[in-house]
Amino acid sequence: MDTATPTEVSLLRLATAGSVDDGKSTLVGRLLHDCKAVFADQLDAVERVSRERGLTGADLALLTDGLRAEREQGITIDVAYRYFATPHRRFILADTPGHVQYTRNMVTGASTAQLAVVLVDARNGVVEQTRRHAAVAALLRVPHVVLAVNKMDLVGYDEAVFAPIADEFTAYAARLGVPDVTAIPISALAGDNVVEPSASMDWYGGPTLLEHLEAVDVEEDPAAHPARFPVQYVLRPQTPGEFRDYRGYAGQLVSGVLRPGDQVVVLPSGQRSTIAGIDRLGERDVEVAFAPQSVTLRLADDLDVSRGDVIAPAAHAPQATQDVAATVCHLSDRPLRPGDRVLLRHGTRTVNAIVRSLDARLDIDTLAEQHDADSLSVNEIGRVSLRTAAPLALDHYTDNRRTGSFLLIDPSDGATLTAGMVGTPLSAAAATTAAAAGGV
Amino acid sequence: MRAAHVTETEPIPTKEARVTVLAEVPSRLRQSHLDALESEAVHIFRETAAEFERPVLLFSGGKDSIVMLHLALKAFWPAPVPFGLLHVDTGHNFPEVLAFRDRTVERHGLRLTVAKVQDYIDDGRLRERPDGTRNPLQTVPLLDAITGSRFDAVFGGGRRDEEKARAKERVFSLRDEFGGWDPRRQRPELWQLYNGRHRAGEHVRVFPLSNWTELDVWQYIERERIELPEIYFAHERDVFQRAGMWLTGGDWGGPKDGEPVERRLVRYRTVGDMSCTGAVESDAVTIDQVIREIAASTLTERGATRADDKLSEAAMEDRKREGYF
Repeated sequence: MDTATPTEVSLLRLATAGSVDDGKSTLVGRLLHDCKAVFADQLDAVERVSRERGLTGADLALLTDGLRAEREQGITIDVAYRYFATPHRRFILADTPGHVQYTRNMVTGASTAQLAVVLVDARNGVVEQTRRHAAVAALLRVPHVVLAVNKMDLVGYDEAVFAPIADEFTAYAARLGVPDVTAIPISALAGDNVVEPSASMDWYGGPTLLEHLEAVDVEEDPAAHPARFPVQYVLRPQTPGEFRDYRGYAGQLVSGVLRPGDQVVVLPSGQRSTIAGIDRLGERDVEVAFAPQSVTLRLADDLDVSRGDVIAPAAHAPQATQDVAATVCHLSDRPLRPGDRVLLRHGTRTVNAIVRSLDARLDIDTLAEQHDADSLSVNEIGRVSLRTAAPLALDHYTDNRRTGSFLLIDPSDGATLTAGMVGTPLSAAAATTAAAAGGV
Repeated sequence: MRAAHVTETEPIPTKEARVTVLAEVPSRLRQSHLDALESEAVHIFRETAAEFERPVLLFSGGKDSIVMLHLALKAFWPAPVPFGLLHVDTGHNFPEVLAFRDRTVERHGLRLTVAKVQDYIDDGRLRERPDGTRNPLQTVPLLDAITGSRFDAVFGGGRRDEEKARAKERVFSLRDEFGGWDPRRQRPELWQLYNGRHRAGEHVRVFPLSNWTELDVWQYIERERIELPEIYFAHERDVFQRAGMWLTGGDWGGPKDGEPVERRLVRYRTVGDMSCTGAVESDAVTIDQVIREIAASTLTERGATRADDKLSEAAMEDRKREGYF
């Protein structure tokens, strides 16, 4: 496997959640360091600053230290991205601060993650914040969650400490609908079970964190989902010669598989056609396109197709609608209220929309719904009903993370206000059970 | 022994089953990491071309800007690239790189705007620094070019792996009318929904290579057989040592007395202003050899070759806030 050529290397996007106190920065620093993603000059800087701060060893947490602008302004910019690799996989790590008021950051980091690492301190076990991290991962439909039970060195590497924490979290996450949960006992500081297996925890038979990240099966079969192709850009060279009459629809296939000859429908207009050909970045007439490839589709009929339209299989097309019921996480300091006029960005389309009602506010810790809320503040999660000025080809977020998601934007200055997920990714039933199980 | 490890219903794993085998997905329906990065970058190019009135691509003839142009050519094929190129010429650029730049522009029939630091020095709008370094002087001509040509989206080759100040950069980075970067106004980027809304006078820096690493860039150059200026490969060159770096002498002011010139076998890992871009000793003459050299390197490309980033811990961050990148 170590002889893997670059073309066989796959990509895994993951997010970490946990507070500074849980040792998250140390864990991330350890992963980067032990995967040799830290270079000598960066390590020199870390050692220098560590010495200046009177520390004896290099504080790996400094590798992920914030910007001066953040310290000066007392803010945290939502997500920092880190890169590391093994011979098998390349990793893009969205490092999110897990502090109480930063639900927004976790939501951002988790939105593109295929896997989330939730960190707990073995001495504290599953706390309110841990349950919140699990809920955000479940809400954003992150398919794989790892519970890293850190600081095992401080509890004598004792299985009797680890097992109940793992059981409690696994049960809670399963009830929230997280399909795959793995618990791993680690010490980020000492390096146990992060990259190398621990010599102090013979009772643990599972993989180290990095082994799990390398092996976890995130390669979904694209054919398992219906195709969705939001049109980004119409390519019409109008140059003399071979491409004079070329008309291609450029975009990224966000789910599914398309082949020449497939019967498709263009939404929201409902016009039907057949795929005449697929070109892929200069390669003419490829046999197949699959998510998440960027390709160009040619249709058999001369239709009026433009940016914002969605091309889908005629047999498995989404319903175009102007009424959107969604679960949202509010991201802006300006509260969201019923009656607000906003822009709604879905796929490649932006339309006017109005917030018809705020149906519930969700307590992310207890998962209880509050029905008398009159606004959503930053970091709050709720259910809203929206009406759009034009129909949108939406999927439920549980079916498709790309075509089931949207942003609300302030029309006055373009600020991103709210992240939306069509439907109720956290079902009320799961919430009730989870709330009971969580003992809150 | 028990390992509380997976969901309740699954069997307890044994030591032997520690690492599970990747499930088989038909290999032709699976993207390699380079394919995934390419598709993502192309998506960003197309979003920008569709959402903005006047995008422009920063093109220096350096490897990252060459890869960006290659991606843009693929993104809009068979139509021409729907935007032009902008180069801020410090006046101390490597002649081989400028020649490469001009050949590339001509071959693809592109529009190139050049903003010259020298013009600003000649008419007194900028003053030469005592150390002769002109990299920090690029900011004003860059912002003037953006304002003067009313560019509303500016593609840059910045990567988040390069440096701490870039690790938190957005793909779409909003800049005020002074080109400044205000952390409070940066927008959360969720899913692949990029929000390019801006007010008149503001612009957005767009970074299609955000998620690429230096190694990815080189592997992609190899896979796509992309041509690069020759100074990226090992060659004999007259150089002198300053602050631990091998610099090339020239009109910019080096070498000084007591800085002996030697002939060395070197190559460049990054290409910028001659006064602050150092060469590394190397015998790598092919892309494959360069990739092996980078994979074994213990220094970041900026740490190894850029004097300007060594100015201070927060040097990059400061220049970013001023609108440098």
